[in-house]
Amino acid sequence: MNLELLAPEISLAATAVAVILLDLLIQRKGLLAVASVIGLVVSAAFTIVMYGEPSRTIFNNTLAVDNFALFFKLLFLGIAALVILASVDYASKLERFRGEYHALVLLSALGMMLMATAAELITIYVALELASISLYVLAGFLKDPKSSESSLKYLLLGATASAVLLYGMALVFGTTGTTQLGEIGQQVQSLGVQGIIDNPALILGIVLLIAGFGFKIAAVPFQMWVPDVYEGAPTPITAYLSVASKAAGFAVIVRIFSTAFGLPSWLSLDWGIVFAVLAAIGMTVGNISALPQTNIKRMFGYSSIAQAGYLMVGLAAMGVASAGETIGQSTILFFLLSYAVANMGAFIAIIAITDKIDSDLIQDFSGIAKRSPLLALALTVCLVSLIGMPPAAGFMAKFYIFGGAAQNGLLWLVIIAVLNSVISAFYYLRVVKVMWLGEPSSAEKVPSSGALRVALTLTSLGVLGLFIFADPLIKAAESAAKMLGS
Amino acid sequence: MDSGYLLAIILLPVAGTILIAFIPGLSERLIRYIAAVSTLVSLILAVVIFAGFDRVIGGIQYEMKASWIEAVNANFHLGVDGLSLPLVLLTAFLGFVVVLISWKIHERVREYFAWLLLLEASILGVFCSLDLLLFFIFWEIEVIPMYFLISIWGTGRREYSSIKYVLYTLFGSAFMLAGILSLYFTTGSLSMVDIANRDGVIVQSIMPVAVIFWLLIIGFAVKLPVFPLHTWLPDAHTDAPTAGSVMLAGALIKMGGYGMIRICVSIFPEVAQQFAPLLLALAVISILYGAAVTLRQTDLKRMIAYSSVSHMGFVLLGVFALGDVSLTGAGLQMVSHGLLTGLLFAMAGLTMHNVEERDLTKLGGLARQMPVIAIVFSIAGLGSLGLPLTSGFAAEFITFTGAFSSTTVAGVEVYTLLAVLGVVLAAGYILWMLQRTFYGPVLEQYNGVKDADKLEKVYMFAFVALILLVGICPFILTDVIKLGVSPIAMLIGG
Repeated sequence: MNLELLAPEISLAATAVAVILLDLLIQRKGLLAVASVIGLVVSAAFTIVMYGEPSRTIFNNTLAVDNFALFFKLLFLGIAALVILASVDYASKLERFRGEYHALVLLSALGMMLMATAAELITIYVALELASISLYVLAGFLKDPKSSESSLKYLLLGATASAVLLYGMALVFGTTGTTQLGEIGQQVQSLGVQGIIDNPALILGIVLLIAGFGFKIAAVPFQMWVPDVYEGAPTPITAYLSVASKAAGFAVIVRIFSTAFGLPSWLSLDWGIVFAVLAAIGMTVGNISALPQTNIKRMFGYSSIAQAGYLMVGLAAMGVASAGETIGQSTILFFLLSYAVANMGAFIAIIAITDKIDSDLIQDFSGIAKRSPLLALALTVCLVSLIGMPPAAGFMAKFYIFGGAAQNGLLWLVIIAVLNSVISAFYYLRVVKVMWLGEPSSAEKVPSSGALRVALTLTSLGVLGLFIFADPLIKAAESAAKMLGS
Repeated sequence: MDSGYLLAIILLPVAGTILIAFIPGLSERLIRYIAAVSTLVSLILAVVIFAGFDRVIGGIQYEMKASWIEAVNANFHLGVDGLSLPLVLLTAFLGFVVVLISWKIHERVREYFAWLLLLEASILGVFCSLDLLLFFIFWEIEVIPMYFLISIWGTGRREYSSIKYVLYTLFGSAFMLAGILSLYFTTGSLSMVDIANRDGVIVQSIMPVAVIFWLLIIGFAVKLPVFPLHTWLPDAHTDAPTAGSVMLAGALIKMGGYGMIRICVSIFPEVAQQFAPLLLALAVISILYGAAVTLRQTDLKRMIAYSSVSHMGFVLLGVFALGDVSLTGAGLQMVSHGLLTGLLFAMAGLTMHNVEERDLTKLGGLARQMPVIAIVFSIAGLGSLGLPLTSGFAAEFITFTGAFSSTTVAGVEVYTLLAVLGVVLAAGYILWMLQRTFYGPVLEQYNGVKDADKLEKVYMFAFVALILLVGICPFILTDVIKLGVSPIAMLIGG
């Protein structure tokens, strides 16, 4: 038993419990955020120490500690830390349950970390539920009608998706006789072409898995919940949902599909094409629906559907690529990283602005650039990154992920994707336009707390840094992806 | 040691942007001086490399190469050859001049100069890049500064025009990106030099090269612009602030012509030859349609904008006549048009600023009130219609003779003869414009209108001197351009 391999998870769980207890004991509730961030940093330190070592498994091969899992763990820890920093102003308005708020953020991060580590269907499911249930509660934390609606919608649809997922897992287990991903992979290969065709239950199982995870990553046609939930949830949680929850979904999909269903190649070609079609529909629907939005959180809801579409281009490349080729996986990892930084940065700026102007409407962002130029500049940089224009991380990510697809003969999808980026420029730039061209409603500056400023500085520098120093991170993504292949 | 020059030329304006944007409490005056100094030093360095460019060896000089992203084999690779060097010089010149032109801007000065310098840096980057990814990045970076320059400091329907500009450019570059990716996976290299030299082995053939050629050319055609993708240009040029128009018409649209020669023709000579008749037809349509529409304009800036469509058609004609001389002519035409149209927009901006009227039907007789502007405007206009001794004549003459005598494309004589009609039309609209604005009866209401001041005279005369210099001694530039385009023309046998 190598319990030390779980040090990041154990320390994070301990922090979550400690934060709840601390809440009972102390009066200065601001310390809760400090404690949470310290816990996240400690967990990240444990993760970094393990990075680069060969892949190992524990608990009878249910958890795999490899670079792939570690890459995602660091991503989730970083996002959770940013969410905590972004929540400082918001949490200070909470009269009760501040400890629980922080603990739930940590627990859902824990669930996501386990999702990325899990190499067995039941473990994946349990980890997913840990992450999801925490998020259901967080979405309803404001307790006003919109927030409650958001939470309930998320809960009901999420539970349905979980049921679909579980059904899919049951079917896969029924046809292969195992829940361990590696063994499923061997079983599927030994079935042969005829065996798989004679086993419609397996195909149905795969389809249900795509549907279940499609909900998590907000892929069309499982995206209906996104705008309402995003609009109603507290803004830091919206940011969390749009970035971390999506990344966790992709982590699991990538692991399942490359380990269990990566071979035989005609099978992976089939699901690759399914993802290609979902990607094309997803980004088009997301972008076109985002165009008329007037509420910035709803707009970001739709834009995150489109971003999931771009990410699925990577899944398509993964399926279409020949065996042993991991370009699809590594492009997804890098894209998720740059998307996470840019989207978190955008949301942090939005939190700072909406907190002051007390409105989520895009038109009310008018003239922000004259009131707080640096804040507007940071949001502009993040939006430019989300469009996928240089000099920002999003450009490199798109270049890399579309390049992977083009290399594998999916040029038609790449053309749809780049044209979609043009559509997205229209609504992202509308926010830029309102901020820089509009007249401010008052000359008052938009103040923001120190924590927000730190978070915003980190993310906007990160957006530029990931562009200039893309090389080491692309290499890290490649090594993580390679370890998954072996 | 040589290799640092290009980096410095590009980074100086960037440094200016950073200084202006992030040092708190700068006075407007200091901001202008920072902008002027950084662009002036950049210009001086550009002159230095132009003078130091070895005209015997030719090829790519002042090269610098550093590995950037190994995973996609992308390098930070800069260098200039005879084709790009004059354009770098042109951009550096215009970059400095637009700072002087903008001396009277008082609205949001800090942001204005920050964007203006970033715009210059990105255009310089496009002309210096030898790596496709780097080229594309600079190509895209330019969009954002231009968007802000038009939308904040522009006139008229500026918000509409600026977003139209952005969407057209992004639409074109979307195809270009697909083209670059396919080219990369076909050859396994992002280096323009390696790909053009056929050093890159064909790794895998994803698609017919003709498709890649067209994906790329759509991106360049939007920028040049080529009919029917030109409709962003009149709006953007008309509504941009004067400095924006000068940069846009003077340097930015040259990126399209440059890209066509540098990438489309030199990497796909056979495909270019195959589709040359179609592109020549588009060139003729652009020339004649552009000129015909110009004749109908009554807005001073809009008129110059449409004339650009026509004049850039000459570039397209020169490029796809695919002859040694015609390509040289296209290169010279780009520089000449940059100077002439840059000056026209600067003078139009000055006229509008001093007179506060831009409608040609209401202007008249201004030669009496503002003689200096009238004379310089006339020189630019006459250059634009191809009067001998000006750069316009040299460029158009070389382009037409080169195109007419080109042996690589069948029927090119017909296209050339049709294109020459564009010059006749140009004479019509330019003389009409000059006559409407400056001659005819003196109008009372414009009494007391100021003429150019000292600073304005400085850059006006710099423009005029260069126009005459290139017109009288075109070999200063053509010797260099020839070094760049001859190897390309040799690929086709022209």
